[in-house]
Amino acid sequence: MADDLFNSFMNGPDEQGRFGNFGGRFVAETLMPLILDLQAEYEKAKTDATFWAEMDDLWKHYVGRPSPLYFASRMTEELGGAKIYLKRDELNHTGAHKINNVLGQIILARRMGKSRIIAETGAGQHGVATATVCAKFGLKCVVYMGAHDVERQQPNVFRMKLLGAEVIPVTSGRGTLKDAMNDALRDWVTNVEDTFYCIGTVAGPHPYPAMVRDFQSIIGKEVRWQLPEQEGEGRLPDTVIAAIGGGSNAMGLFYPFLDDPSVNIIGVEAGGKGVNEKMEHCASLTGGRPGVLHGNRTYLLQDEDGQILEGFSISAGLDYPGIGPEHAWLHDIGRAKYVSITDKEALEAFQFSCRTEGIIPALEPSHALAHVMKIAPTLPKDHIIVMNMCGRGDKDIFTVARHLGVDMTSGNEGRNSD
Amino acid sequence: MTARIDACFAKARAENRPVLVTYTMAGDPDAETSLAILKNVAASGADIVEFGLPFTDPVADGPAIQASGLRALDAGQTTVKTLDLVREFRKDFPDTPVILMGYYNPIYSYGPEKFVLDAKYAGVDGMIVVDVPAEEDDELCIPAMKQGLAFIRLVPPTADDKRLPVILKNSSGFVYHVSINGITGAATPDYSVVSTALERIRKYTDLPIVVGFGVKTGEHAAALGEHADGVVVGTALVNQIASTFGAGDTATAATATAVNDMVADLAAGVRRAKSN
Repeated sequence: MADDLFNSFMNGPDEQGRFGNFGGRFVAETLMPLILDLQAEYEKAKTDATFWAEMDDLWKHYVGRPSPLYFASRMTEELGGAKIYLKRDELNHTGAHKINNVLGQIILARRMGKSRIIAETGAGQHGVATATVCAKFGLKCVVYMGAHDVERQQPNVFRMKLLGAEVIPVTSGRGTLKDAMNDALRDWVTNVEDTFYCIGTVAGPHPYPAMVRDFQSIIGKEVRWQLPEQEGEGRLPDTVIAAIGGGSNAMGLFYPFLDDPSVNIIGVEAGGKGVNEKMEHCASLTGGRPGVLHGNRTYLLQDEDGQILEGFSISAGLDYPGIGPEHAWLHDIGRAKYVSITDKEALEAFQFSCRTEGIIPALEPSHALAHVMKIAPTLPKDHIIVMNMCGRGDKDIFTVARHLGVDMTSGNEGRNSD
Repeated sequence: MTARIDACFAKARAENRPVLVTYTMAGDPDAETSLAILKNVAASGADIVEFGLPFTDPVADGPAIQASGLRALDAGQTTVKTLDLVREFRKDFPDTPVILMGYYNPIYSYGPEKFVLDAKYAGVDGMIVVDVPAEEDDELCIPAMKQGLAFIRLVPPTADDKRLPVILKNSSGFVYHVSINGITGAATPDYSVVSTALERIRKYTDLPIVVGFGVKTGEHAAALGEHADGVVVGTALVNQIASTFGAGDTATAATATAVNDMVADLAAGVRRAKSN
């Protein structure tokens, strides 16, 4: 940890909700009293032992935390360089890291007396996690999901419905995560009395980016004690890597290591068809510039007039034209490095993980793994990489099959023909 | 400039009536037609015209204004072009206050300080920027007020006695009371609730207060205008304009004058308001 608390990277955000120049509270006035209430409630909860006791209990008995830190020996062997550890957040209940954060927000919502929960979802993982926790607590749940995503993530749509959530397909814009967030915000300004907006990533107006980060930080905190169990006392990772759409799984892994100068931090954005080709990607940091959307200032994909562009990625969970403001700040000050990976590279990594470790990853962490595959061979054998395996791939098998030229649905829906 | 806004309210007050504020979108369905509409609206009885700055992600707007903005963007509308239209409007209407209404990102992208200056010289009198609350005043509100442009606040029903002084601290021109929580184009509000809300807001400001959301007809305008210093109508105009479009959302012969009668009816409505 840093010796100098003033120069710590872990002090953000400031009172205005800023990380450097990023973040803030750019919302309609109707929402200001709500986010100020939420901030007050969260500040109270942060230092309230009963809040964390409830979280710890649910994390352990409901989610299945701690998630294992797994030494991927065959990956390591095949790549022939750095030692690769996978943080197995795909083993959480509901199959991704999303539930870490949802539990925190729903417990807050209950403390605030809110009875109706709304959420946006891209790949459906956050929607499923929200629907799950709402079912557990008997809360009404409405999930906004881009119509395009509803189509490409059918299994998760069905899951949410089984869990009692109402899934509203969003047709405005191109019908992806950005548009789902727009409609969730429109719902929130209309139903301010009883509704809590459970944001799924480290974006949105203050205090969401900091609050979601804090809930997700359990990932990195566990790595800090799990790695020494296998690698000896005091051993820190040399590199931590995670995929980034909005960036919540990455912030969760990175944050506890920000003040350890020996730890390289790498975020992997979705490069789609390639960052240099006609904006057919979702790499906000490598291909965007600062702007204001959805309550915060951050890097955005936008045209020269400040109109927001649609992202493009094989992965619905990364298909967002922005990124959490703390990532934007870490990028600008150089504490973390951000790279991009194409759809094609992610698909190769997806198959590599299946083949070498028997782990079917979600397309989101497949992006992180693709970068691991690039750098591991160039690093010495005593270099330790920890990659966040933030979600499992069940939801993606149809998409992957399509890209690999396998038709699982034609004419024989419901029959296992292959 | 605020002077033009102040004069407008003073004139209406002398006539013992509220002002009529209209909202139409710059560039919908194309730049030229939207300018013709703006001029016709002013000529038909609008006292203050709001001109929408189109944005891809208008999170406080309902489907009608969302669609209007996207049509404008599809037709190639930009912030620069919108300021050009205001300049043209100003040639024929030297006294009608023009308020730009939109979202922050296109302005941030333009450069807030430069935008404020260019808007001033184009003849803009004030702005309503939905997603820049009082907490972010340094971004745009302070630069705008330094140049004498009004920074108009939306005051929703969620604003309580603790919040109102915060919102109204750096506001100028007039105050826009959003009469229901929600997005534009939603239901018509309960007038007695509005009257109570206005009394509460008046405790914290001497600025004129206009009321919007849900106004569609002269009758609504007359009823709301009984309590307020002005009445805003937007979605109803935008819908009426869109109803005249031809194939591919293009202007027809009826588009430029599409809302003349509606605005005249609303203008008559505000003139009945205080005599009710």
